[in-house]
Amino acid sequence: MSAATLLPLLLCVAWLLPLVSFVVICVGYSLPQLAGRQVSYAASRWGGHIAISAIAGSFVLSWFALLFVWLPTHGYTAGDLAHTAGGLAQHNNPAPIYYAGDWYTLANFDGLRLTIGYYIDTLTLVMFAMVSLVSLLVHIYATGYMHDELDDVTDHEVAMSNGEYLHRRGRYHRFFQYLSLFSFSMLGLVIAGNLAMVFVFWELVGICSYFLIGFYFERPTASTAANKAFIVNRIGDFGFLVGLMALWSSLGTFHFGDTQAVDESRPGIFSQLRTAANDYALVVPESMQTEALRGSEGDGPRAGYWLLCVAGVGIFCGCIGKSAQFPLHVWLPDAMEGPTPVSALVHSATMVAAGVYLVGRAYPILTPEVLLVIAVVGCITLALAATIAMTAVDIKRVLAYSTISQLGYMMLSLGLGGWAAGLFHLITHAFFKGLLFMCSGSVIHAVHTNDIRLMGGLRHKMPITAYTMLVGCLAIIGAGIPMLSIGLSGYYSKDAIIEHAWSFTNSNPQWRYQLLLIVPLVGAVLTAFYMFRLWFMVFTGAPRDHHRYDHAHESPRSMTTPLIVLAILGVAIGWNFPFTDLSVTSLLEQATPIGTQATATGLLIADLTIPDEHLSHVDAIRIPAGLSAVAAALLGVLLAAAVYLWRWFDAEELKQAFRPAYSLLWHKWWFDEIYDWTLVKPTLFVGHVVAAFDRHVIDRAVHLLAALGRGLAAVVDRVFDKSLVDGSVDAMATGFWNFGKSLHHLQTGRLRSYIVFIVVGTLATFAVVSVLWKYAIAG
Amino acid sequence: MLLLANLLTEPVGAAHYMVVGAVLFVCGVVCMATKRNTLGILMGVELVLNGANVNLIALGSPYLRTDSAHLGLDGQLMAMFVIVLAAAEAAVALAIVLNFYNNAGTVDVDRADQLKG
Repeated sequence: MSAATLLPLLLCVAWLLPLVSFVVICVGYSLPQLAGRQVSYAASRWGGHIAISAIAGSFVLSWFALLFVWLPTHGYTAGDLAHTAGGLAQHNNPAPIYYAGDWYTLANFDGLRLTIGYYIDTLTLVMFAMVSLVSLLVHIYATGYMHDELDDVTDHEVAMSNGEYLHRRGRYHRFFQYLSLFSFSMLGLVIAGNLAMVFVFWELVGICSYFLIGFYFERPTASTAANKAFIVNRIGDFGFLVGLMALWSSLGTFHFGDTQAVDESRPGIFSQLRTAANDYALVVPESMQTEALRGSEGDGPRAGYWLLCVAGVGIFCGCIGKSAQFPLHVWLPDAMEGPTPVSALVHSATMVAAGVYLVGRAYPILTPEVLLVIAVVGCITLALAATIAMTAVDIKRVLAYSTISQLGYMMLSLGLGGWAAGLFHLITHAFFKGLLFMCSGSVIHAVHTNDIRLMGGLRHKMPITAYTMLVGCLAIIGAGIPMLSIGLSGYYSKDAIIEHAWSFTNSNPQWRYQLLLIVPLVGAVLTAFYMFRLWFMVFTGAPRDHHRYDHAHESPRSMTTPLIVLAILGVAIGWNFPFTDLSVTSLLEQATPIGTQATATGLLIADLTIPDEHLSHVDAIRIPAGLSAVAAALLGVLLAAAVYLWRWFDAEELKQAFRPAYSLLWHKWWFDEIYDWTLVKPTLFVGHVVAAFDRHVIDRAVHLLAALGRGLAAVVDRVFDKSLVDGSVDAMATGFWNFGKSLHHLQTGRLRSYIVFIVVGTLATFAVVSVLWKYAIAG
Repeated sequence: MLLLANLLTEPVGAAHYMVVGAVLFVCGVVCMATKRNTLGILMGVELVLNGANVNLIALGSPYLRTDSAHLGLDGQLMAMFVIVLAAAEAAVALAIVLNFYNNAGTVDVDRADQLKG
């Protein structure tokens, strides 16, 4: 079988296996429970096994597809792509190799087709490999972490009205059911061959996130957080829908790639916007210009360009919601109410990265102006989240803000033209952030609190967790040796991002664009500071809460094994495969959308230049960027050590000294409060007003109408029914009754009188008939 | 009166027999209407039926007709049916009378008025 048939088949099976697991658990466990039958805990444990086998199958198939189908067919370097792009201003990368097709056509509106299809390139394959691996590790980890759910649970965070804590049955299988559904949705989102399918799975991962955040739905905080996540995402998805409409109405297709049908070849979005005739530069096609003008006179190309910008920003709005970018970042920290394996899988490694993935996937349609928007949003997000993370005391919230910040880095990179760098950071971040979250889960499992102020010195109690988390911290800050180019995975990806920022500011010397370099560098300092603040506070120093410290213990092997695997990957995922040029970057570069590497200038903002991606690889940029990135990281670590390890400064004194700033950060820049006052409260107020209007005006009117109807009915009942209808029927009955009664006197019971009646009657009949005969009938 | 005068002057025909039948019929009816004894009423019934029989025979007889058309044996047959039915009727009626006598100790029809309205 050729790769063209084998790849879709393998990935399709890998995609559907978790769905099978979901359906099996749903039918075998959840439906009987709905019907009132209790599932035994021994059977519940098997639900976990089913889910793990399914995701393990996906894992094997996706890695097989990547390593043994793709690599032998296409190799691992992107054609003649040279990394020494010395002074190549107009550098065009070769067309990416991809397989696109449809499995099933949902609807066909006169050529406008909605399908379930696939678009497979190295980005898809790498994402499949990453998602299935992290998901598998999280599944295994969850068997240990969710062990409590295999018995009746007393939830100490839910107090009942009678003063006792909530006592409920464990929900072990349900957790794995949702995990399976999530894995299926995430893989579907990655394999999707068109934007409509992306949107469907986008919403599916959203609903999985909702279920999983609200896993402990009896806790008010958890159910509120689940609602918040869902509602905030709706806002972003509205923009996504607008973008979809702009593309659908003007281009007539949702397909990314070209598909070859039996009778015709159908060009996808990418090849309609970047044609070979235009040298693969982004040129607004005719259909988009006419759609934008809608028959009115005007500057067609400019109007079409605006429509394209709307489409790009619209799609990015969806990514803002899903990837928790400013200003919709508020849901992600609250989402930490979910169980920690969920935070590791859904809210750090995979789902929140879906926004970055989509920007990367839809990259060919993004104009330089949209890219600038993305870069600015990413830049604001990374700075904002990093500052908040410095003061957070909930271990998972620190990591959540760190996730937001890193997602901001990815968006920044994509926005500055660093396509491969941004997606590379997505992959490396998935591993080390998954690792960090699982470590935090291990800590929480041991000390039963999220508050890092109650921890300390735990490295003596749980060494595996401590040192794997140290690896994660080093990876996220991008630790490495700049001159030798050896470092942990984050070193490569974060360096690449800083290089792109540097390259961008070289191409755009205006002072306002310089911020896009300064902010990520400062962000790197902050990243190192808050990560090591976290690590020092949790694992070093003297225990702050001796009771918790004494009861702490290393986690079971099912939890530490994934930590070790992820720690190894967190170190090594950025390296080349030994003795070859094969690396995640070289794989990703095979999928670089054609035309996007060429230097592009804005049409609406004329002084904006998105530089060629390979310009950032020149030594004049690479060396100072690498040095400054590592210096920033080092500075951050030293600051953290000075405060929390060596205690040269007292944290409390610093807090007092910078009280206004601290207060701002402690309250998360007041975002929740601002949204509460500007959006939630007014909305609720309008809701109350409308409800009051409903209750007092509409309900009254309806009730009045009802009362009128009833009155009318009562009148009709009295006048018409009772007198006329009932009267006539009664009168008829009474008449017959009286008639019968009067006739009964004829029944004398005397035979002789009957005979007289008969004779007289016969004679009378005879007389009448003969008279009638003569005058009426015969005559 | 004119009718009777004609009958006296005419030769004997169907009409004469019908007068006899009518007299029998009226006798029977009067008997039924006046007798209180059940057996008397049954006798009246026989008179009524045989009055009808006289008519049937007279109208069916070829000797009493003035025209050439005739009814064959139809009249006689009908009379035979009536006689058979009268016998059956008499049997049933006598059974009823016997039962009535057993219950009421009398055969007075005026006492049998349980069905009066």
